[in-house]
Amino acid sequence: MDDVINKRINEVLKGDQNAFEEIVTLFQHRLYQVCYRMLGNAQESEDIAQEAFVRAYINIHTFDQKRKFSTWLFRIATNLCIDRIRKKKPDYYLDANVPGTDGLNMYSQIAASGELPEEEVERMEMQERIHYEIGRLPEKYRSVIILRYIEELPLQEIGDILELPLGTVKTRVHRGREALRKQIGNM
Amino acid sequence: MNTCPEQIVHLMHAYLDGDISRDEERELKAHLESCPECKEIMNGLTESIAFIGSATPIKAPENFVDSVMTRLPKEKSQANAQRWLRRHPLFAAAAMFLILMSASLFSSYGNDQQFSVTKQPNLIVEGQTVLVPAGETIKGDIVVKNGTLRIDGEVDGDVTVIRGSKYMASTAIVTGTSEEIDEVFDWLWYKMKQTVKDIFPSSNDDKLDE
Ligand SMILES: [Zn+2]
Repeated sequence: MDDVINKRINEVLKGDQNAFEEIVTLFQHRLYQVCYRMLGNAQESEDIAQEAFVRAYINIHTFDQKRKFSTWLFRIATNLCIDRIRKKKPDYYLDANVPGTDGLNMYSQIAASGELPEEEVERMEMQERIHYEIGRLPEKYRSVIILRYIEELPLQEIGDILELPLGTVKTRVHRGREALRKQIGNM
Repeated sequence: MNTCPEQIVHLMHAYLDGDISRDEERELKAHLESCPECKEIMNGLTESIAFIGSATPIKAPENFVDSVMTRLPKEKSQANAQRWLRRHPLFAAAAMFLILMSASLFSSYGNDQQFSVTKQPNLIVEGQTVLVPAGETIKGDIVVKNGTLRIDGEVDGDVTVIRGSKYMASTAIVTGTSEEIDEVFDWLWYKMKQTVKDIFPSSNDDKLDE
């Protein structure tokens, strides 16, 4: 896998822009998914995920080919997401109710606290509810929980992506799990 | 309120992270058997993880790859050249040297419209004409700029005429090289040879001595 990617990277470095298309194709879903879970809404996620690929392309000469490309790519994307989250208010986290879209977008405007009325939460489909609960997590815990339980990455790799020591990653995963348990409570 | 030792919660997370020793695992299990409160916390954590883990995979929109490709900065030939130079530092250094050289050379060529001649005894200068008289020998090089050089006698050295003309009588003798420079590139070439001579002044002499 990494050999194929490094081959494409070398072609990009030689000026072959089309070689980058294969890289985008390979990682598009994983990268978009991380952005979507981090940011909560489709439009912003598409924008940020695209931006992440553009930045990866521009800075491809700084990538150390002895390392894992996905880690480097995820780092770019998570940094962009975290920047975006910090620049906005929590009431834009999740998609507003958009008629004609699938269940995942069926969120009502959520209050500044990031909470919805309990009866509304209880009416949610399971996938909506999962998305909602991830979105309610504080950003620090949200990133590690997404990488651990959606992307199913090892703790060490999460540390490499977020540029955090392993101990910090563990603490955040623990607190993230605690937060989820308290949010979800007695389902 | 849970009054159990905090150690138990640590063990729960260690267990969930998969880095727990056998002894610790036994300790945790024993406690959970006997403590319904901790058992409930443990179940809550396990269920939360399972719940999040059951999220369906999200796919990027249909046109995602194309959108990224159109957003990439256009490959400029300049960018290519820069990338190429970055990987060939020696060439970059040489190119830089030539650019700086030619810049200073062009400017010296353009600014230099004045008549001038190397001062040598026995040279006769009339207006913009320089004469090497018949029967005389000039010891040394002669460079004439923007003027005419007429050689009737002998030059024991190199003769160079830059943007001018040169007449040699049948009696003329030039022991060194003799050249006329009119075009910018001749001028550049001449200057570069001069630079090389300045840098390695003894190379010619060595050859002559052999
Ligand atoms: Zn207990």
